[in-house]
Amino acid sequence: MRNLGPPLIFLVLLLLGWDVLHLQIANGSISSPREAGARLVALMSGARFWADVGETGFAFVIACLLSIMFGVLIGVGLGLSRLATEAFEPILVTFYSLPKVILYPLVLLAFGLGASAKIAFGVMHGLVPMALLTRNAIAEIKPVYLRSANVMQLDGFATLRLVLLPAVLPELVGGMRIAFSLSLLGVLIGEMFAAKRGLGFAAMNAMGLGDINTILAIGLFLGTFSVLANVMMLSVERSLRHVHSNSVTQAA
Amino acid sequence: MDDVSHQVSARETGEQAIIAKLSGVTRDYPAARGAKPLHALGPIDLELKQGEFFSVVGPSGCGKSTLLDILTGLSPPTAGTATFEGKRIHGVPDGVGVVFQEDATFPWLDVEANLSFGLKQLQLSARERQDRVEQALRIMGLVGFRSAFPAQLSGGMRQRVCIARTLVTQPRLIVLDEPFGSLDQQTRLLMGDELLRIWRETGATVFFITHSIDEAVMLSDRVGVMSARPGTFIDMLETGWAQKRDSRNVADPHFGKLTGQIWGKLRGEALRQMQLQNDVAL
Repeated sequence: MRNLGPPLIFLVLLLLGWDVLHLQIANGSISSPREAGARLVALMSGARFWADVGETGFAFVIACLLSIMFGVLIGVGLGLSRLATEAFEPILVTFYSLPKVILYPLVLLAFGLGASAKIAFGVMHGLVPMALLTRNAIAEIKPVYLRSANVMQLDGFATLRLVLLPAVLPELVGGMRIAFSLSLLGVLIGEMFAAKRGLGFAAMNAMGLGDINTILAIGLFLGTFSVLANVMMLSVERSLRHVHSNSVTQAA
Repeated sequence: MDDVSHQVSARETGEQAIIAKLSGVTRDYPAARGAKPLHALGPIDLELKQGEFFSVVGPSGCGKSTLLDILTGLSPPTAGTATFEGKRIHGVPDGVGVVFQEDATFPWLDVEANLSFGLKQLQLSARERQDRVEQALRIMGLVGFRSAFPAQLSGGMRQRVCIARTLVTQPRLIVLDEPFGSLDQQTRLLMGDELLRIWRETGATVFFITHSIDEAVMLSDRVGVMSARPGTFIDMLETGWAQKRDSRNVADPHFGKLTGQIWGKLRGEALRQMQLQNDVAL
């Protein structure tokens, strides 16, 4: 895992900065990393925490998968049709720039209270960047790949499956990293505003109680999970990009 | 035509069958915003003889690649007819292989997988597929690189993979669009030798597009010289090389005579094409 070094260094610097903030600026009103860590250990020994993790994790996995699946489909559609791009891309970009939380009441009306609303909110965050990154990747594909597929008499579906998608795979993994983070964000925000379970709800509950230790402990848990997952995906993306790169290195 | 030791008339086979024919082919492109429609090509009349090595030279932008697109069925002509083995061309015909100027290797596949990719649409047994791949690897000198990915290969080697990927389909007409354009001069000459060897071994017809007069004369039985846009054939030269030839023919006095003759036709066209491009730029 050659990419672990820089994120680990950044993590250590972050913890140091957090400690400085705790000692010098926030006058003890922000827990130290040690206190947050201890609180996290305590939380992790309770069944309630893992029930919240399971609740958030389920919604997140579904939201992330849907974001990636529909994002890729929309992105491919936009990438292959100039008309579709001209019609829909401005709408998607505008939607992406909106603070999605203002639409949450509509999501609740449509999906009701429960996992579906959180999943929908997660998809609303993750889908658009996935679609736009896929579209850009398709638009940037070397035309000679498509011409080659044409010469080999591949039909549209075979071209998509065997040429287009493999050609844009590194960019897709890059898009998945973004969709991963934003879907998690969407699910957590959804839980903060209308849920009775999940890590977002637990954090909101702790905010109401002024329990800074718990808030930071949950933040530490989520941050660690996200960083590790992102590092793994980045590693996959880099190895794919390495294979795809056309830098000339003479073979022996 | 000068009398030189290895120079005998190309393909002394008497009348050769026609494998592909273009009759009155033209290509117009519709007007872009605020511009006039572009008459890019033609009218072109051409008969490609079975087993010949035919090259096209012309100024940049004269429509050589458009001609390739029409001959391979990648795009239709605006007017006229294009036929391959007597059948009108609609889409890429069976039996036609194309090698593009750009590196068309698929970087996510190793060399062997790149080659067998070309056979995906053919109904072949696994044995037949493997035999063809092995043969192409051997012909192109890629046996030691079968597991390498394109990123690990030089530009020349990647172009060999592209040619090999075309060869596995056993095309009867191999169309090459400036395939050595990005290579250095020495590699180009050696790749030209490789191409001549493949041409002799496979017996395929070769349609070779290049902007290099030297390359066209060195490799070909016949050279078609194209005018500035809209590209038409302004001359057609028989080189008279023996079938068994290689890049050493550049030292032949006849080579200089032929290149001089082509440049004599082409110089004015190249100047006219530059003028056309300047007019568009202004």
